[in-house]
Amino acid sequence: MNSVKERLVNGIVKENPTFVLMLGMCPTLAVTTSAINGLGMGLTTMVVLALSNVFISLLRNIIPDKVRIPAFIVIIASFVTVVELLLQGFIPFLYDALGIYIPLIVVNCIILGRAEAYAYKNPVLPSLFDGIGMGLGFSVALTCIGAVRELLGAGEIFGLHVMPDSFVPVSIFIMAPGAFFVLALLTAIQNKVKINGEKKGKDMSKIQSGCNSDCMNCSDSGCTRRLYDEKAEKKNIETAAKDTKEGKNNG
Amino acid sequence: MSGLMKVSSNPHVRSKTTTSSIMLAVVIALLPAAGFGIYNFGLDALVLILVTVASTVLTEFVFEKICGKRITVGDYSAVVTGLLLALNLPASAPWWIGAVGGVFAILVVKMLFGGLGQNFMNPALGARCFLLISFTSIMTNFDCDAYTGATPLADLKSGMDVDILNMVIGRTAGTIGETSMVAIVIGACFLILMGVIDLRIPGCYIVSFAVFISIFGGHGLDWAYICAHLAGGGLMLGAFFMATDYVTRPITKNGQYLFGILLGVLTGIFRLFGPSAEGVSYAIIIGNLLVPLIEKITLPKAFGKGGEKV
Repeated sequence: MNSVKERLVNGIVKENPTFVLMLGMCPTLAVTTSAINGLGMGLTTMVVLALSNVFISLLRNIIPDKVRIPAFIVIIASFVTVVELLLQGFIPFLYDALGIYIPLIVVNCIILGRAEAYAYKNPVLPSLFDGIGMGLGFSVALTCIGAVRELLGAGEIFGLHVMPDSFVPVSIFIMAPGAFFVLALLTAIQNKVKINGEKKGKDMSKIQSGCNSDCMNCSDSGCTRRLYDEKAEKKNIETAAKDTKEGKNNG
Repeated sequence: MSGLMKVSSNPHVRSKTTTSSIMLAVVIALLPAAGFGIYNFGLDALVLILVTVASTVLTEFVFEKICGKRITVGDYSAVVTGLLLALNLPASAPWWIGAVGGVFAILVVKMLFGGLGQNFMNPALGARCFLLISFTSIMTNFDCDAYTGATPLADLKSGMDVDILNMVIGRTAGTIGETSMVAIVIGACFLILMGVIDLRIPGCYIVSFAVFISIFGGHGLDWAYICAHLAGGGLMLGAFFMATDYVTRPITKNGQYLFGILLGVLTGIFRLFGPSAEGVSYAIIIGNLLVPLIEKITLPKAFGKGGEKV
């Protein structure tokens, strides 16, 4: 059960797809004009993400390596179609609000990214919770952005009027530029909290942004994002040394 | 060898010009336009100008205090930003519009990018566009005690006749500082005589705009029509005070010519083919964004490079 909890925390906090990995920016910026739209988009993506992760994980030994991307897309697109039809049938107002961005979930890089980086290499149960964790992280982020934009741009949260009557809505926040302002602001706040925590000497490893890409000094040899391959590197150095020797001899 | 040589590190040639002396000159040059605006629109305009300037200066001070940076309020650049922004607001706007605009101009457009010299966009214009998009109805309401109805440019767009003499003097509806061509040109002459700005950008801007208007305006070489377009709206204010902003204009000479022509064409396109009557702010902001590219293609060759290969 430990890995389940670890996957959930990883998705929501440590590798939050929006604020940390900066993936799936297109729906993040486009549909978060209100909190309910953000939540709807986040949950829709979560369902697709969890289901596609499970199926890709189940089929990971059957899918040939060379055609894995088309295979992922077929699986993801099937689930997106199912979800789209369900939304159209049962939550039509959300279907209208999200519009073209529901079919576009197929090309959302969070889903393809998790399929490639996690589900294709890991067993079914962790993959399921990886999908749920990432999806929840995405939902939380989109709802936060949507709530701030709705509050400033329309004076409401989830459609409830919360600002005093004298407040004049700053309508730029529910237009495209406002999405960039709010996303940048929330990311900055999150980074500030992290940096402050590190200064005070707290153990921030739990909410650290993934790894710091320092693969050379990393002890986690099972890491899936390993950029640095020790064996290959050694070989390179050896051949380079050889080349210079030979060059000298020739000269 | 008699006496000791004085050895010092560069720079060896110094000028008395400082950032604050240039900014102070710009503030003085803006005073005629501001004064005419107050005379024209009454005390509301004065209050709005004071609130906006106070807001920009305070924002800069508070931000630098919180971040523990050197306080740069004394270089008057925040005053220039505040004054320019206020001159771009309609006199009927409530005071908090100036305050919000001032905070946005300094905090978002200037300070978050690193302060004076680092901003890629004119702070006053950035804030004006922010306000224009956010509070469209307030920012385009030019009704006040002195004038009601549309601005001369809007009249011009809908094909009505305008009184050019009034437009040149400034007795028309519009934002606080843009109406009087005479007051702006007086300020601009002062800046040119002081050597703060030169005519490269404003000249190219105005000439290329006039050419564009006479080609595509549908009136041919109708001097009255061209003059009305030149005197109306924020063209003069933009050409002399915003496009020549040291930070956001190209530094190469050829780049400045190109920049001026680009602004003239863009303004013409926005005024003639855009949905609104005015387009100076957007034209200058888009020009600002293209400045790095303009500088890249107009970079002069270093001495000794290039030339004919023997």
